Amino acid sequence: MSTTAAPVESPPIDAVGVEERVARLCSRSIKKEAKLQALHLTLSMIDLTTLEGADSEGKVRQLCAKALQLHAALPDLPHVAAVCVYPALVGVAKRAVEGSGIHVASVATSFPAGQAPLEIKLLEVRKAVEAGADEVDMVISRGRFLAGDLAYTGDEIASVKEACADAHLKVILETGELGTLDAIRRASDLAMRSGADFIKTSTGKIKPAATMPVVLVMLEAIRDHYLRTGEKIGMKPAGGISTAKDAIRHLVMVRETLGQDWLDPDLYRFGASSLANDVLRQIVKQRSGIYQSFDDFSL
Amino acid sequence: MTDSTPSAGTAAPKLRLGGDDGWGYAPAPESTDHVELRDRYGLFIDGEFVDAKGGRTFETANPATEEKIADVALASDADVDRAVAAARRAYEDVWSQLAPRERGKYVYRIARVLQERGRELAITESLDGGKPIRESRDVDIPLAAAHFFYYAGWADKLDYAFPGRGARSLGVAGQVIPWNFPLLMAAWKIAPAIAAGNTVVLKPAETTPLTALKLAEIIREAGVPPGVVNIVTGAGETGAAVVQHPDVDKVAFTGSTEVGKLIRRALAGSGKHYTLELGGKAANLVFEDAAVDQAVEGIVNGIFFNQGHVCCAGSRLLVQESVADEVISKLKDRMETLIVGDPLDKNTDIGAINSRAQLDRIEEYLEIGEAEGAEPFQTSCPVPERGYWCRPTLFLQASQSHRVVQEEIFGPVLAVQTFRTVDEGIAMANNTPYGLSGGVWSDKGAKAFRVTSRIRAGVLWANTYNKFDPTAPFGGYKESGIGREGGLAGLHAYLQPERAA
Repeated sequence: MSTTAAPVESPPIDAVGVEERVARLCSRSIKKEAKLQALHLTLSMIDLTTLEGADSEGKVRQLCAKALQLHAALPDLPHVAAVCVYPALVGVAKRAVEGSGIHVASVATSFPAGQAPLEIKLLEVRKAVEAGADEVDMVISRGRFLAGDLAYTGDEIASVKEACADAHLKVILETGELGTLDAIRRASDLAMRSGADFIKTSTGKIKPAATMPVVLVMLEAIRDHYLRTGEKIGMKPAGGISTAKDAIRHLVMVRETLGQDWLDPDLYRFGASSLANDVLRQIVKQRSGIYQSFDDFSL
Repeated sequence: MTDSTPSAGTAAPKLRLGGDDGWGYAPAPESTDHVELRDRYGLFIDGEFVDAKGGRTFETANPATEEKIADVALASDADVDRAVAAARRAYEDVWSQLAPRERGKYVYRIARVLQERGRELAITESLDGGKPIRESRDVDIPLAAAHFFYYAGWADKLDYAFPGRGARSLGVAGQVIPWNFPLLMAAWKIAPAIAAGNTVVLKPAETTPLTALKLAEIIREAGVPPGVVNIVTGAGETGAAVVQHPDVDKVAFTGSTEVGKLIRRALAGSGKHYTLELGGKAANLVFEDAAVDQAVEGIVNGIFFNQGHVCCAGSRLLVQESVADEVISKLKDRMETLIVGDPLDKNTDIGAINSRAQLDRIEEYLEIGEAEGAEPFQTSCPVPERGYWCRPTLFLQASQSHRVVQEEIFGPVLAVQTFRTVDEGIAMANNTPYGLSGGVWSDKGAKAFRVTSRIRAGVLWANTYNKFDPTAPFGGYKESGIGREGGLAGLHAYLQPERAA
């Protein structure tokens, strides 16, 4: 099955214009009740992530415990959307968050480089899903994509989607390696046409990661896909979003590009490791009027 | 998953943009605590604030609330006489005698104080004129300061700017400015004039005098010698008195084409120098190879910036037929996210219409457009009960013969037309009495350059719109005016013509 028989026609992107639009979106001023709502929404959209070579069962259990209880002093907070780990640790994560409603996401397809034979990538995906992953974050083959082999890239995504079975597929474009906003738009269109449930900016291993212009271009691709097909694809910026202020700027951009429907953890996620505590600190500030030390928040 | 159009029977996909459901923005008003506004403002003549002779005043109001802000002195002919006499004395005795370097220092000082008092000036501009604080803060005030900085630099370099001609100033400049960019227009007029060695009598618009009067305070604070800059407030009669005063050597006017024509008639045979910056009805041409989302952003910026009270506004959208549906549908979506309301709210995109009179004029055009057969579209954004407001508006299916296509509306109203070929687009863009500005949207560089070179207008933007810079000359072809402001051309307009040695 080839889903990419039709060539992907993506509109040209004017990078200067994108930056101006981003600057204007960033001038929105979010205060008081609107800010508190945005902070809560942000927490519910976080994929709490650990992706290190040194990850162990202990580290993952620690991450899951944090996901289950973000801040003991504020019991009425929403829980994060998911924890995101390597395939070998999916089982540990799954047991730790069982029954909480928190999803387990696993990177796969030879993350982060993606430089492995397709059969191995597919096997890795199936193993992760078997171990209980609700969501799979794959990386595209940037080398093949940049070499112009869009058909290969698209078919690979479609194959991974098939291997995912019921698990949701997030397709990581690794935008920091794609070079231009035009290429990012093309990759976004290709991924959505090939079966992505989500498109995701980055692995977090390459800089720059989820910059605002990149995310805006991906949101516009999602919007155009929706208007053409009626299908709602999700978006996950990952890497580089570490403050509540950054996250709120994303929500503004989503609200004004895709509208209210995407302000939902089913359609928007933040891939982040340190964002949650800055958001928590801001929530405490909004409620109490004072900033607390970072040491008052658990790792 | 395959690409397919949504199946029949289901509603077409629609984005939930704008509106109050879901997550919205709380009010984020700029604090006005530190802004000091007086109940009464006098004329600024010979370095002092004075009452008008006979004590006549007029009111200036906040167009967002319709509440009076202050009483402002109404200058009579006799007051204009005083102001011109002060400018003449200052010119002969002080300013023309001063070393150019010293002149430059004063202009730099004005620029610096403008920056220091930027927040206060931005708030005052929004209170008095209705423009969103985002624009007065990010555009009007910084650009006004930039103009003073730019021309300050030329003050002692006139012989380098215009080599071999022994640059000499003109004398007393009489300047009349509009209400759409009150402080910025004052800067456009005053900065090149005084940097080149002239003295000035400036008449701000009747509905927006306050930032010009704050500029007068700044000029005094900067220690500029008395009489170099004089500011006389009032309405059309005061402006006419400034323009027609026999001891004025140069007239600079920005405003409507109608008044511009009157001024030109009045000046015929007077020997006065003049520059006129008048109306416009600019075309924004969107080609099928344009980056659509960025073009839509440019269209929005082109017509909804400053409520459309912009002489160079892109008030005609010409879009190639093959992409017209997509562009218009995306434009409508984008317009749904525009917030109309309190000019002092940092999230406001479109503030108050400047005055009752201007709102009446815009509403008249809304009726005209419908009567002519154009199809109106307005967004659903709520507007406050008091004050003067106009939702962002499109006239779809507009035609070249329609008045809403030919005449300047000066409001947030965009006439939308389609064209088939490049030549047709250019012909439509040029088919207007005006020629101030224009925009071209295409991802093809060669096309952008070729098309811009064929549009008869003074300012052309490619893949952007409403970009202003003190170094760039600004002015019109045809009924959009005579002469240029900004850049070296703008400085030239305040110097004597070349002489043979």
